[in-house]
Amino acid sequence: MDMSQYLEVFVDESKEHLQTINEQLLELEKSPDDISIVNEIFRSAHTLKGMSATMGFEDLANLTHKMENVLDGIRNHKITVTPEILDVVFRAVDDLEAMVNSIAEGGDGKRDVEEVVEQLKRIEQGESPVATKTERTTHSSNATLTQTYGEFEYNVLQQSKEQGFFTYEIRVKLRADCLLKAARVFMVFETLNQVGEVIKSNPPAELLEEEQFDQEFIVTVVSKESEDELYRRVMKVSELEEVTVTRFDIDELKGTNEHDISESEVHQQKMEVAATLQKEEKKGKKHEQETSTTHKQTTAVNKTIRVNIERLDILMNLFEELVIDRGRLEQISRELNNPELHETVERMSRISSDLQNIILNMRMVPVETVFNRFPRMVRQLARDLGKKIHLEIIGAETELDRTVIDEIGDPLVHLLRNAIDHGIETPDVRRAKGKPEEGTVKLKAYHSGNHVFIEIEDDGAGINREKVLQKAINKGIISKQNAANLTDKQVYELIFASGFSTADKISDISGRGVGLDVVKSTIESLGGSVTIDSQEGVGSIFSIQLPLTLSIISVMLVEIQDEKYAIPLSSIIETAMIKKEDILHAHNQKVIDFRGKVVPLLFLRDIFEVPVSKEESDTLSVVIVRKGEKMAGLVVDSFIGQQEVVLKSLGNYLTSVFAISGATILGDGQVALIIDCNALIK
Amino acid sequence: MMEVQEAELKVIVFQLKDEEYAIPVQQVRSIEKVQHITRVPRTPHFVKGVINLRGVVTPIIDLRERFGIEAAPFSEQTRIIIVAVDEVEVGFIVDAANDVLDIPAHSIEPTPEVIEAVEVDYIHGVAKIDKRLLILLDLEKVLEKHS
Repeated sequence: MDMSQYLEVFVDESKEHLQTINEQLLELEKSPDDISIVNEIFRSAHTLKGMSATMGFEDLANLTHKMENVLDGIRNHKITVTPEILDVVFRAVDDLEAMVNSIAEGGDGKRDVEEVVEQLKRIEQGESPVATKTERTTHSSNATLTQTYGEFEYNVLQQSKEQGFFTYEIRVKLRADCLLKAARVFMVFETLNQVGEVIKSNPPAELLEEEQFDQEFIVTVVSKESEDELYRRVMKVSELEEVTVTRFDIDELKGTNEHDISESEVHQQKMEVAATLQKEEKKGKKHEQETSTTHKQTTAVNKTIRVNIERLDILMNLFEELVIDRGRLEQISRELNNPELHETVERMSRISSDLQNIILNMRMVPVETVFNRFPRMVRQLARDLGKKIHLEIIGAETELDRTVIDEIGDPLVHLLRNAIDHGIETPDVRRAKGKPEEGTVKLKAYHSGNHVFIEIEDDGAGINREKVLQKAINKGIISKQNAANLTDKQVYELIFASGFSTADKISDISGRGVGLDVVKSTIESLGGSVTIDSQEGVGSIFSIQLPLTLSIISVMLVEIQDEKYAIPLSSIIETAMIKKEDILHAHNQKVIDFRGKVVPLLFLRDIFEVPVSKEESDTLSVVIVRKGEKMAGLVVDSFIGQQEVVLKSLGNYLTSVFAISGATILGDGQVALIIDCNALIK
Repeated sequence: MMEVQEAELKVIVFQLKDEEYAIPVQQVRSIEKVQHITRVPRTPHFVKGVINLRGVVTPIIDLRERFGIEAAPFSEQTRIIIVAVDEVEVGFIVDAANDVLDIPAHSIEPTPEVIEAVEVDYIHGVAKIDKRLLILLDLEKVLEKHS
């Protein structure tokens, strides 16, 4: 069978599962006793194994299987969770990720995983001398069914009792002519799960599902309801011949029942139930369907579909066309003055503006997609550096345009590494300073106005002004004279200068030549900015400001002769009308005196070789733009006004047009070019 | 039934001055009437600018200028043929879009070695159908940037 058509889905889903595994492993490290987490990991690993085996990626399946064995050991309490074990599991996950990536890039997903496999095996064996493989018990010909309880189930029952649940054994006999046995079983389980929790069944649930039993089965249930109530509810299921509900006290069980731990499959299921039970108690008895009736994966499924971003772009393009036509229609309707037409057009306008919001929102993705890989990274870094770090993520649900999301990952990684490497001190230093040993790094995202802010805050050493200045002077970034006059903020800005690295020793983590200047330029290329606030000994905050979307920008529309151009508002300082006689000459360059500063004038008409058909007036319309600290005055013929426009590329044919960063389509359907001010200012 | 299916090439035929040119129909996206073209500064002379093609900003090349034929004002017949080659999508201004034809493969001949003095690399071949002479264009060459 040709699997290639499923490959994309496979890769996407595998990545999702690996992400879940990563996240849950981190959770597990925090609370090693929480079996529900192990189950979560197990489920993802299991699905991954199944998928990769189906797709024929055997290495992937094998390694996942080995990992699964270890997880199995953990959830059967045969292996205790330690950071060392998790390290190995994490490494296995890394390998799995590498394999999936290789598959995604068209490779065969093969990789040398000997070492990790060996380590996994050792863990598996080192902690559990007896092979944990399933020895399936045979349930077939027991004339009288009895229920036995393993240690684990016993504990669950014990716990339930403490929480005020009663324990019942319910013996159900189906009618001999019952046709859909599995369905009846399911209904019984369903019914019971509405009022309590099925702990165990004999035969086990899988066998029941497969109809591998005669007519009778026993389920053990914990519930707060009375015997009669349970009986009444179960009897509502049709085609049952006999139901007996017996309440019993588990304390009596102790000692009488021998511990049955061989049925590992059943065993595992019970663990899930136990976990669910605990959860339920916490959530105030909210029912979950995640019980032993179905052994299938029941993680909450978001109803989503994957859509190629290109399709969204096309949708948006078509929609813009619609908006232009809508404008024309509105015009026509006004001219014709027909009430019915008027009404229809108005309705259409309203609907289309709703549609516009929806389309724009579709491109928004929560920053979570970027953030979710950080906990793992921080953990690794902290371990590598021998630091204790708590990463706190706030506002992961904040949404950003997909295009921004794609770009923001690397700069954030860099800043986080920076905070962990240079910011947070080692535990002994922190202790000496009277801080808690564990440092905190806060990653916070939030909306404000038309922008999204992402802050990285650490409670580390902060920035040492003198050290930064010294370094900057040594590196020739600033002169000694200038240094004294700088404000703290300006000093902090220096660490974004290229060729700057403050760490005394260059570590592998950050500060390896490619400094924070890369971060700054990436963020600026996204139309954002980054600022630093710091207090020595208390910590630093790196704050990134980003536009909500890259596809819509605010521009100032200007006219040059008969042509219209758009200048991004983000680079405009202000606009001015200048009299011709105010133009000064310096070195063949026309300049103006703008608020005490000498600003060179750029005549866009000449730069863009605009065909001249109109006379020049005595006053010049000038748009003052900036690039960093530098400024320039762009001379245009007139200002049209400010507008939000959709940024479009000029296509693949016109790749590098001088001083034009893109184009947009105006209300009248014509294309206006967007001026790239950065290219104009040298 | 024919035993051997003769290979045929489906082409769009358009006119520039007095000559007819052909491009494979697979490379043609659509044929548009002339609309407002926004000039893009500092581009090669034959790039007339960009148009708004249903929301997509599409560059426009004047084929007359690209081929060194003297310019002519746009007429009622002037069309923009939108073509797509690899990832590149552009529009060609042509005097008229004339026809869709099936050219039998055997009627395509390589370019006569000497057509005047100028050597051109964007001509793929010449096809003679009845009394019409069609010049087959190699679009990849037409879209190459140098020149």
